[in-house]
Amino acid sequence: MNSNPDLLTSLAGSIRSVLSPLIGNPDGVDMAMYGVGLLAVITLIFTNAVILVWGERKVAGFMQSRYGPNRLGPWGLFQSIADVLKLMSKEDYRPKLVDKWVWALAPIIMFAPAVAAYAVLPFGKDLVPVDLNIGIFYFIAVSSITTIPLLMAGWGSNNKYSLIGGMRAVAQMVSYEIPLVFSMLGAIMLVGSLKMSSIVEAQSHIWFVFLQPVAFLVYVIAATAETNRAPFDLVEGESEIVAGPLTEYSGMRWAMFFLGEYANLLAVSAIASAVFLGGWQPLPLPGALGDMMHAIPGWIWFALKTYIMIFVFMWFRWTFPRFRVDQLMGFGWKVLLPLSLANILVTGVGIFLYRVAIGG
Amino acid sequence: MNDMVFATAFYILAGITILSAVGVVFLKNIVHSAFLLALAFFGVAGIYVLLNAEFLAAVQLLVYGGAIAVLIAFGVMLIQRRDMSSSNPDAAWSPLGLGMAVMAMVVFIAAIVLTQFPVTNVAPEFSVEGLARLLLTDYVVAFEAAAVLLLAAMVGAIILAKGAKEA
Repeated sequence: MNSNPDLLTSLAGSIRSVLSPLIGNPDGVDMAMYGVGLLAVITLIFTNAVILVWGERKVAGFMQSRYGPNRLGPWGLFQSIADVLKLMSKEDYRPKLVDKWVWALAPIIMFAPAVAAYAVLPFGKDLVPVDLNIGIFYFIAVSSITTIPLLMAGWGSNNKYSLIGGMRAVAQMVSYEIPLVFSMLGAIMLVGSLKMSSIVEAQSHIWFVFLQPVAFLVYVIAATAETNRAPFDLVEGESEIVAGPLTEYSGMRWAMFFLGEYANLLAVSAIASAVFLGGWQPLPLPGALGDMMHAIPGWIWFALKTYIMIFVFMWFRWTFPRFRVDQLMGFGWKVLLPLSLANILVTGVGIFLYRVAIGG
Repeated sequence: MNDMVFATAFYILAGITILSAVGVVFLKNIVHSAFLLALAFFGVAGIYVLLNAEFLAAVQLLVYGGAIAVLIAFGVMLIQRRDMSSSNPDAAWSPLGLGMAVMAMVVFIAAIVLTQFPVTNVAPEFSVEGLARLLLTDYVVAFEAAAVLLLAAMVGAIILAKGAKEA
């Protein structure tokens, strides 16, 4: 494992050494470092959203044998900058009959759990913003709040399509949360801890995707549903209910939802790479090749795995047609839930047999 | 944690909790009440965090976040009104409600005053493992009973929704 401090940890160290004489009080320095971490996370979310808006269109173009954005800058790279400028310069329009407070607060609240969830993401060794004892459980709890802003938007818009979309959000996200949590439970049982850093450390020899293939599959499907992406994008379902809860939003208010959505996409991909793909652990290759892999800093591995997961989610989006509502609920409750329960049972029996075998 | 930070955080969270709870009771629109109820639960979760009970706080968010959403869904479906802006009438039943609330409060205060809480200056080392051990040994009967109760409630809800003949 790479024990030398890499670029980001030494950067954090030098920020701390600059701040310490300025503030003095060690508690204050800790507080300021949390502020720096928060700033870093918010910067990451914004930058990532800009990249993903472009990336999604490029992937869509690739999947459908066309170019995607290609006019602004090399490979259309500056397209998202133009998009952001367009969104910011739009009129802030509020329909007359909306429920003022609920409607206006929804996009802001959408963004809050997305940011809060980043507190426990293990970006690298010693690079977990807050390494809570209950890490992964905190992530699940915080991201479950995302239902409420979508329902607020659906209700507050005073539009029947928005309300249908909001109701769909509740049905879909509350149901798919259960297989999502249960799929991670198998990996947690193997580790015996909810702490993000321990979960990643435990995968130094073998990644959990090899020990928990079914759980990984269930997780990826349930996470697609939790982020409301196709083929589970019934919440927006533009051919059925205009744009669901987002129908009455425009300009920056709409952009906040988009930002939250991409932040959530990055978060579920990051959790997938941390829980199933070994997080910041390098590719386990033998011999000199393995040493070369170890030379690459952990956060680069983590980013690489996360963006591979994001690519897979985009691949889903542009390949599968949308589910019907009844199919969606039936699939969640009758296929994914029993599958994840069976996985927990098999994992438990496996752990027991392993302990018996090694005479523990 | 720094005492002053602790006190400030506590008063902010307590303020959020109490104000939103008052809003739940006095707002006319039942959907607004439900959203404020979520905010009140959120404040309570924050207080749990201050008390070093992070696990409880996470459970609070997880359970009530979803529960509030479902509550609103049912509120909207079951209250057949065109105009939701006065769907939370409070006049007719308020004396009875006040009486019930006072009675519940008396019971709570009595219970709190009469219980001897074991108090230490050090927060006990928290572990999910310890919690699981307690749930599956000392409290296993209560745990299983709650599970059976929830199952019965679920079956009942399905039968109610489908109609007795079909189910």
